[in-house]
Amino acid sequence: MNNTYELPLDEAGYAFGFMDEYAKKEVRRAILKAICIPGYQTPYASREMPMGRGFGTGGLQLTLSLVGGSDTLKVIDQGSDDSVNAVNLRQFVQMTCPGVDTTEKTEAATLIQSRHRIPEKPLTEAQILVLQVPYPDALVVVEPSEARRKTMHGEADYSRLLVKLYEDIVKFDEITISHRYPTRIHGHYIIDPSPIPRWDVPKLHQSKALILLGAGREKKIYAVPPYTLAEPLAFEDVVFSVEDFRDAAGIRRACSRCGATDSFLDEFSNEAGEKIYQCSDSAYCDEQLARQTSHAQTTNTEVVA
Amino acid sequence: MSRKILEVNNLTKIHGRGCPLCLESTGPEADTNICPHCGSVVAAHGVSFDLYQGEILGIIGESGSGKSTVVKTLYFDDAPSAGEAVFFDEEAQYDLYSLNAAQQRGLRNKRFGMVYQNPHLGLNFNVSAGGNIAERLLMSDVAHYGAIRERARSLLVRTEVLENRMDENPKKFSGGMQQRVQIAKALATRPPLLYLDEVTTGLDLSVQAAILDLILEIQHELGTAMIVVTHDLGVVRLLAGRTLVMKYGRVIETGLTDQILEDPQHAYTQRLVASAL
Repeated sequence: MNNTYELPLDEAGYAFGFMDEYAKKEVRRAILKAICIPGYQTPYASREMPMGRGFGTGGLQLTLSLVGGSDTLKVIDQGSDDSVNAVNLRQFVQMTCPGVDTTEKTEAATLIQSRHRIPEKPLTEAQILVLQVPYPDALVVVEPSEARRKTMHGEADYSRLLVKLYEDIVKFDEITISHRYPTRIHGHYIIDPSPIPRWDVPKLHQSKALILLGAGREKKIYAVPPYTLAEPLAFEDVVFSVEDFRDAAGIRRACSRCGATDSFLDEFSNEAGEKIYQCSDSAYCDEQLARQTSHAQTTNTEVVA
Repeated sequence: MSRKILEVNNLTKIHGRGCPLCLESTGPEADTNICPHCGSVVAAHGVSFDLYQGEILGIIGESGSGKSTVVKTLYFDDAPSAGEAVFFDEEAQYDLYSLNAAQQRGLRNKRFGMVYQNPHLGLNFNVSAGGNIAERLLMSDVAHYGAIRERARSLLVRTEVLENRMDENPKKFSGGMQQRVQIAKALATRPPLLYLDEVTTGLDLSVQAAILDLILEIQHELGTAMIVVTHDLGVVRLLAGRTLVMKYGRVIETGLTDQILEDPQHAYTQRLVASAL
């Protein structure tokens, strides 16, 4: 025990950020290693969190180890700031990290924890994106033994993943992976970029923000450092493509709420049972909507004047 | 004189702890390959031979004589206990057992081919026949879907697998067809060296004949050097120019196949030939 160092405790008896300083230090060291070896799954001692594994404990431990008093945090789940997982995680951080601001605005956040989406708005160098990961190893679909997977990663032996793509094209004439698209980082390691849709995969490439991925149950941390190559796996003649939101007539579907035609859309059924589409990123949708209202207001005032 | 492609010196494989008495207390004279002192199995010891371009070398012997062990160590399925093997590629030469794992994998994927007795070892039964061939091409850095598809198709046509069954799972194929797919897979990267481990065992006679014909044709067309492991004297008679006879992990006789079959020197070979013919 280090007697010269006193752990900072708040009134509840917990350290700032719930985890003790040693635990946070260990996570930070794993983060540094992960950044140094882009795409490499760094093992770390995933702590018990006061929530079930699989509810974002990997992302949460990254967030808690990184967050400081001057940070502004945004938490999203499937693009939304208001879904249960996001609300719970945000409240937990507010409770255990007094002084940390939270926001729903992408541009106002310094730290963004996300599940299944990368915000539509381009991230900046000043931001860190933390992604919650259920299955960190892209090779798990072709090789059950972790020991053998490690060798395959070490030797960059990913031919069996490509065979999977080959089989997909043979059977369905296209690559059918909708999310967790295997992506090669910095020309060597292939990562499972967490269940983000294909739409978000190009955002990993040469990202200005640091992207950290944490798997709590699998005890792995890996990173896509800023300005790093991120190439989705594909063939020379069958290239990677993002989701196609065109309707039968070939017209790009728009968000039924804000009218945006450049965002990832979720499909809903309205009360009449018809399919409607809406931005998956709620902050982006709100911003588009707000811009339209203020624009409408200015036009109205102009008319009155 | 054609180019030397493989040189094997004193290849030894011992399963188990091993002791100083292992080698002297096993072998054909001792009539066992299990060391009576430590219980280790001397699967192969002192196997040496050269292989030249386009040549087919036969290895015959009874079950447990170490013939499969030799090709398994040469294909890196198993690491040898001692000995060396040098592979002479077009420009470079490789000391097989001083390479690291990644280099070994590279050679295995690009320069060697293996056809196992049991198709389950050589084929991936979770993907289609074409996918199996694609796997080997992808391992050697071909990343063009159309090219892979074309090459897989032509290989399957060459090995007489119906083209329209290319996208079917090899599970649905007969044993002979599975073996043809395995041969097609092994040939995908046009390897200069092919190992055939009991390829025709368990197939009916007409299919055996067709597969042996295919192997000979491939040898004539591509000039591939092959090591054929079998216990079937008919197979070596048909395929191999030279033959090694193995017993209890040792090579007891080597020579031209005709010579060995017509005028066997070693008592064991004489028995073997007498019992077969």
